[in-house]
Amino acid sequence: MASDIKHLEMTLETQVESVNLAEEMCLRVAEAAGFGEDDCYRIGMSVREGVINAFHYGNQERPEKKIHLAVDLTPDKMIIHVLDEGVGFKLSDVPDPLAEENLLSTSGRGIFLMRAFMDEFDVVSGKTGGAEIVMSKKLPAPGSNSPNGQGGHNATPQQEA
Amino acid sequence: MALHATHRDAGIVTVVDLSGRIVLGDGSALLRKTIRGLLDDQRKLILLNLADVDYIDSSGIGELVSGFTAVKNQSGDLKLLHLTKKVKDLLQITKLYTVFDVFTDEGTAVRSFS
Repeated sequence: MASDIKHLEMTLETQVESVNLAEEMCLRVAEAAGFGEDDCYRIGMSVREGVINAFHYGNQERPEKKIHLAVDLTPDKMIIHVLDEGVGFKLSDVPDPLAEENLLSTSGRGIFLMRAFMDEFDVVSGKTGGAEIVMSKKLPAPGSNSPNGQGGHNATPQQEA
Repeated sequence: MALHATHRDAGIVTVVDLSGRIVLGDGSALLRKTIRGLLDDQRKLILLNLADVDYIDSSGIGELVSGFTAVKNQSGDLKLLHLTKKVKDLLQITKLYTVFDVFTDEGTAVRSFS
């Protein structure tokens, strides 16, 4: 039901400080929604990476452009949208940071981390013409008493290297 | 929490004690400045103590890789000590855990440079 959806949105300046601001805001929402510490970490990191992507790659660090952040809290998941005012990009064009030739690259791991840490992740063409990152995390089951959550579908492996 | 960095000598090795978050902005910039400063002083054997670093984002990872490459390019070595669980997990999923030499004991780490 639409009435069960809580919606929050904010427009951020294209500046480094917006990354922390977005992370803090989404962490508050995630904590209030009942996510455990580990899931909050994964959500916070994903929001950081989404806004960094918009700041650096989408808006090219141009201060006249904005970053649009929206959060929907439905009965079963938290959905985060990060929209930039750039020219957009295709996920298929993003190099694999785990490929041998990219391991020592100094950039290009943000999309990978968002995919790893969230349950659903996609990039669509936004209403501004830029890229819109849409990612979500399932809410913990009521009474699950699981402070740490279960991570994303590709979440952190626990084995030793 | 903002990143703080201090360094000390351990024989031929320079140990850099870091605390805080290595993230886009001042944190990444301070790490870069610290490593470049050590290289300028001809200190090319560097051990980064990450015991008090519990958060690194993709920019921080990029800066670690950049520092590692810069040190290697000057025939030096950069190794990591005392990873927190979150940082260790992050290096594992990005496959960088196998790129860096990682230690849990400072004495062992320092001796590994010789």
